[in-house]
Amino acid sequence: MYDKGKIIPGLIVFVGLVTFPIWYGLATTAGPLPNPEKPTNAKECVEPVEFMRSSHMVLLNEWRDNIVRSGGTRKGTTADGTEYVRSLQKGCMNCHTSKKKFCDECHTYAAVNPYCWDCHIQPKETN
Amino acid sequence: MDNSRRKFLKIAGLSAIAGIGAPTAFNGLLKGEAFASSAPSGGGGHGSEKAPTGKRYGFAIDIKKFASDKDLAQRCVNACHSTHNVPDFGNNKDGSKNRKDEIKWIWAEKFEHTFPDHSHYKKNEQLQETPILTLCNHCDNPPCVRACPTQATFKNSDGLVLMDFHRCIGCRFCMAACPYGARSFNWRSPRELDASGNYKYIKNPNPDFPTRMRGVVEKCNMCAERLAEGKLPACVEAAASSEAIVFGDLNDSHSPVSQVLKEKFTIQRKPALGTKPSIFYII
Repeated sequence: MYDKGKIIPGLIVFVGLVTFPIWYGLATTAGPLPNPEKPTNAKECVEPVEFMRSSHMVLLNEWRDNIVRSGGTRKGTTADGTEYVRSLQKGCMNCHTSKKKFCDECHTYAAVNPYCWDCHIQPKETN
Repeated sequence: MDNSRRKFLKIAGLSAIAGIGAPTAFNGLLKGEAFASSAPSGGGGHGSEKAPTGKRYGFAIDIKKFASDKDLAQRCVNACHSTHNVPDFGNNKDGSKNRKDEIKWIWAEKFEHTFPDHSHYKKNEQLQETPILTLCNHCDNPPCVRACPTQATFKNSDGLVLMDFHRCIGCRFCMAACPYGARSFNWRSPRELDASGNYKYIKNPNPDFPTRMRGVVEKCNMCAERLAEGKLPACVEAAASSEAIVFGDLNDSHSPVSQVLKEKFTIQRKPALGTKPSIFYII
């Protein structure tokens, strides 16, 4: 092979540069895991925690379509029989009283920008 | 060889005919109204309507009550707008700047503007001076619903013409389609903040109802959210002391509004268009 001395180090440098993001990810952490504040006045959410963690946005869309378009019920009950309002403003934020300490905690970590609060009014933050 | 080609052509021909015929036959079986409407299709505005089905909420607005109490209309407007976080840009007067930016769900209009297809020649002067409360007519045959390309506006099972603001793309076809000017477009953000971090144009926002964002159309929802809780619409409640607005199901002959409509002479806005408004005016 001609120019062995240049090609092989060149390849090594190239592979190193291309795989840099992988290494960098392994060497550093993405910062502390988010820790959304849990409400103190209720123990159970409307669905199991795992479902809420992965699919709360699906649930919100279902509530919206069901209530706005199909005239669905506005009241729901949790597995332990607690009544709640199927509404972001009047339901979710009734227990999760702070957008900053609950919603933003994970949304900022995951770098997602849901547009809920472009129209819905968030509860007043009490600091 | 000839025989099999003949057979092949026969089968191909028959399949082609069946293929063309099937969808037509299928559609014939599935025929129905494309969009939900409790009214029979066709028919002009005048004359009687066929026997209705389902709920259809409506108002009977007593104009005389508004003539004797000139502030009543404004009180109804305020009740509605504060309930629904409707921004006030201070441009709702005749001749005010940026009048096109005005957002209104319910407003007071002159008699001759409310009923432009009526003759106003030599009509009673008091009538001309009375503020007429105007709002979305929640038509039984709503042209806005047909115009909406995303079905953001639709007719619900209570006969209300509603909007799903999440779906509105701001094309304003519905505004062009509405013959009553009942729809407003958010040309600018209703949520602009003042120096102290409060909404500049929404005083005392109602935390139980959302605002809108720039680029969506909005209009009266006949307080669907209050009806769901068993309350009366905000304007009806504001006018409750004088019973100037009677609310109820037009298809239920025992409802308060049906009782009033049976007894009194009422008119609707632009009946010739065949939109079948659910808002009646007692003259």
